[in-house]
Parts: sequence; C-alpha cells; structure tokens
Amino acid sequence: MSAIRTRALSKDYHVGFWRPRPYRALDNLSIDVAPGDVFGFLGPNGAGKTTTLKLLMQLVFPTSGDAEILGRPIGDVGVRRRIGYLPENPYFYDHLTAEELLDYYGRLFGMSAAHRRARISATLERVGIGPERRLALRKFSKGMLQRVGIAQALLNDPEVLFLDEPMSGLDPLGRRDVRALMLELRDQGRTIFFSSHILSDAEALCSQVAIIAKGQLAAAGRLADLQHFAVLGWELVMSGVPAAALDRIRARARRVQSIAGDRYVIDLPPDGKPEEMLRELTAAGATLVSLNPLRETLEELFVRRVAEVGNGARP
Amino acid sequence: MNAARCVAVAVFRESVRDKVFYNLVLFAVLLVGASVLIGQLTAGQDVKIIKDLGLAATSLFGLFIAIFVGISLVSKEVDRRSVYPLLAKPVRRTEFIVGKYCGLLLTLLANVIVMAIALYAVLFFLARGVPPQLQRAWDTPALDPALLKAIALIYLNLAVVTAVALFFSTYSSPILSAIFTLGIYVVGQFNADLKHFDRIVDSPAAIAVAKACYYVLPDFAKFDVKLAVVHGLPVSGTYMAATAAYAALYVAALLCGAVVIFSRRDFK
Repeated sequence: MSAIRTRALSKDYHVGFWRPRPYRALDNLSIDVAPGDVFGFLGPNGAGKTTTLKLLMQLVFPTSGDAEILGRPIGDVGVRRRIGYLPENPYFYDHLTAEELLDYYGRLFGMSAAHRRARISATLERVGIGPERRLALRKFSKGMLQRVGIAQALLNDPEVLFLDEPMSGLDPLGRRDVRALMLELRDQGRTIFFSSHILSDAEALCSQVAIIAKGQLAAAGRLADLQHFAVLGWELVMSGVPAAALDRIRARARRVQSIAGDRYVIDLPPDGKPEEMLRELTAAGATLVSLNPLRETLEELFVRRVAEVGNGARP
Repeated sequence: MNAARCVAVAVFRESVRDKVFYNLVLFAVLLVGASVLIGQLTAGQDVKIIKDLGLAATSLFGLFIAIFVGISLVSKEVDRRSVYPLLAKPVRRTEFIVGKYCGLLLTLLANVIVMAIALYAVLFFLARGVPPQLQRAWDTPALDPALLKAIALIYLNLAVVTAVALFFSTYSSPILSAIFTLGIYVVGQFNADLKHFDRIVDSPAAIAVAKACYYVLPDFAKFDVKLAVVHGLPVSGTYMAATAAYAALYVAALLCGAVVIFSRRDFK
C-alpha cells in the first residue's frame, strides 16, 4: 500500500470575471509515495505544487482523478487524524499564543488534557520554541511562525507529513534544524511529502522526487536513478604529472587544465576509462588528488526537465 | 460534534479577546446616564422610557455584534488562510460552520444576559424610591417578568440575523456580506407590508416579486414585542413558541445553505 497515491489528478480553475475560462493548474498527476519515504515535490513557482497539496488536504476539489492517503480516499475525515499539514506561509490566529493554538488543535484531535499538555510541550520544544510559547502569535517573526506551523503539523504524531515549502522564511540555522527534524522523522519511519523549489534541500533529504512544471509531471523517481542516467563524465585531478605523460593523454581527454604548478584537472568523457588513465599516470610518477564522476546535478536535471515541459504544448 | 464544540468555544474566546464585550460597558453607561437624565420626569414615565430604551439598546447592540462579527466569521478565516491548517484536522466543513454559528450565538447569549441583568438593576433602582400605591397605578410593574419575553425574542431575532450574516460570509467579502445582511434586515422589518403590496400597486409583476420576497425573506417584525411588553399588553406563550419555531426554521435553512456553499468551496 502506498502512503500517498494520486491517479490522473487534475484541477482546473476558472479565470476571468465576465467570461470565465478554465485554467489547468494540475494535469493528470499520478504519483506513488511509499511508506517511510521522504518525497520531494519540486517545481518552479506556479508549477502546481501548492495546488497538489491543497487537493490532498481537500482544500480544493479535483476536476478529475482521485487520490488516497494511507489507503483511504482523501475525503475521509478519519485519515486526517493520521496526517500533519504545514501550509505555505502559514497564518494562525494572532490573538492566541503558540500554546493556546496547539491546545485548540489538540482538542480538535480529541486529545485528553494530559495528552495535549505533553504533546504541546514536546512539539514546541522540538521546533525550538521556548518561553515565547506564551506570547501572542502576532508578535512572532515569519521564521517563528514557520516553526509553530511545523509544531502544529507534528502535534498528533502523524504517520504522514505534508509540508508546503517548509524552509520558507527560515534563517540558515532554522533550515538546518528543520532538515535535522525531517531526517529524524524519516528515521522513525514516517512518510514526508514536501514541496520545495530549493533543490539543495531536496538533494540533502529526499529518497524520491517528482519534478512538476506547468501542472505536469516532468520527472519522477529515486533521486539516484534520475541522476544515474545523466553521468556527464569524469574529473581526475593529479599532481606531479610529467610533461611527456601529459602529452600522451591529451588526445583522450576532453580538457586538460593546469590548476597550480604541476597539478592538473583532466576532464574525461563518460566512456573515458578513468581507471586506466589513473594507472598510466601513477605509473609515470603522478599522484592522485581526486577522482569524481561528473553527474548532472539536481538543479541541471530540474532546469532541463522544466524546459522540456515548457517547450511542449500546454493543454 | 466535538470539533463543532471546539470551534464554537474558540469563537467565543476570540470575541472576548477582540473586546466585543466592551459594548456592555457602553450599554451600562447609556442606561444609567439615561435613567439619571429622565429621572426628573413623572414617576412611572421614566420606568417606561428606561424599559423602552433598554430593550431597544439590547436589540441594537446585539444587532451590531451579530452583523459585524457574523460577516467575518468565515471570510476572515478564509482570507487569512487560517482555515487551511484547521480543515486539515479532523474537522468536517459542516462542523466548522455549525461551530462558528454556535460560537457567536454563545457570545450573543452572554451579551443579552448581561444586558438584561443591567436593565433589571436600573429598573430596580428607579422604582426603589416610588411609593407602592403609586407603582400599582403603572401599566406594568418595574421588574416586569414579561420583559424577559421581549429579550428572548430579541435573542431569537439576533440568531436569525447571525445566520443571514454567516450565510453571506461563506462566499462573499465582509463588506458585501454587511450590505446584504443589513439590506435583508431592513427589508425584513417591513416584510408584512410586502404581503399586501397589491393594495397600493397595480403591476402584477411587482406584486409577484413582493409576494416572493414576503415568503423568502424573514419577517423580523415578528420578533419585536417591545411596545406590547412595555405597555403591559399580553404576549402569549403560543406566540412565543410559534416565533421560536419560525426562527429555528429560518436558521436551519440558512445554515443548510451555508454548509452546502462552504462544502463545495475551493480555497484557492
């Protein structure tokens, strides 16, 4: 059973006042997220990430297609006891304190007073909110509100977490904390579905990603698989390379460039057999500094796939 | 309905934090000030005027809360997007609407109860210095229990106005909701006239529209028994029950409409 499953999920919005016409915000999205996965839902602004999350939370209703969370239809209110949701740029009741807000939400989950107290304290502590928990939320910075948003998403100890741009508004320390929290939740076996346009976050956290552009799925799969097919070559860095050896290998390399003194970077094509070249150069007296595969970065993959969708006809 | 109860309590608490109850201070000042000013009138007249004024102020202050808090009950949550995390919790949209409505009813109930106590307190102090033989000549006693009937109907009136405001609040902006609700309230005051529109107009189309409005719009005049109570005219239990049933039907219909609209609404 998938933790999250969508089938041909589509959403049309109607734009224009006098003559409303449909605008397809999401087009036939089919994805499966396995339990325990950290799933990065990536795309540029306006790609349909938030629409997808809103569809999964039933904040908007699909034009066609369907979706399930933990094997239950998304319309099933019962399944919401087992999930947590952080909206993009969350806003809460500014007359409440963080504790009161979480207490309100805890009551909605039907938690007992003792259970509420324990969970509120644990979640606020986990997201790094200390004595500020007794201040009205109107006094909170954007980053602090984001932390409260994460705390309320964790309140019911959810099996599946939906996070819409969880790093938004956070300073570098906050981002590091949230990353650590997500990894900790992953290690506890929870499923995390998070949208982002910050690719470094996805690279650091995700086991699977989907790239969405203009409402369409541009790529999906395990990050390692997606990047495996895009090995661009090899980068060999050697020091103490004799001039004669350098001349011998120059024809087989795409580029040979001096970095400093007798240290060179040798750029080989994907089929450039780096092991053989390494053997040959070390036999000639050179020393290995580093050998790295040149893979397509997630950013390059992202730009390429988004551009492919951009060149195609939009429905 | 645990969720609806939680939402209702949250609305009540928000009203307290938003200082909605400050109007009670204004009400008390108005009532006490008026009683001092008109205290020099003929004994008996001042009691009658205070009753009139107290009931009118209860209605007006309650109306102010019902409309201006009611129109923002749902739209504020949607505009500020606080509805997003809320509806991702185990809360049905029906429970959200019912909870919001009950929360404001609770606020209004607290308001009306405090205003009623204040009114009786002022009446008690006004009547205190008047000899009993003089009091017996009054149409009604100062601490007339029938005032409670008028207050109960004011509360029912506010319950219907709140439902109207909430209904518009589910799909319209606060300003438009306020205009629509006020419009319906004003037209509803003259609803009985629409029934007999054919006596003053010849156009069959206009008569048909007036008749349709008569049946669709609430007749708010039914809830106004202030004059009768102040002058000691009877307000029967049957009338009270029938008016309560009328209010309940309207509230039920409006809440159903609000739930249907809100349950289909996309939060873009």
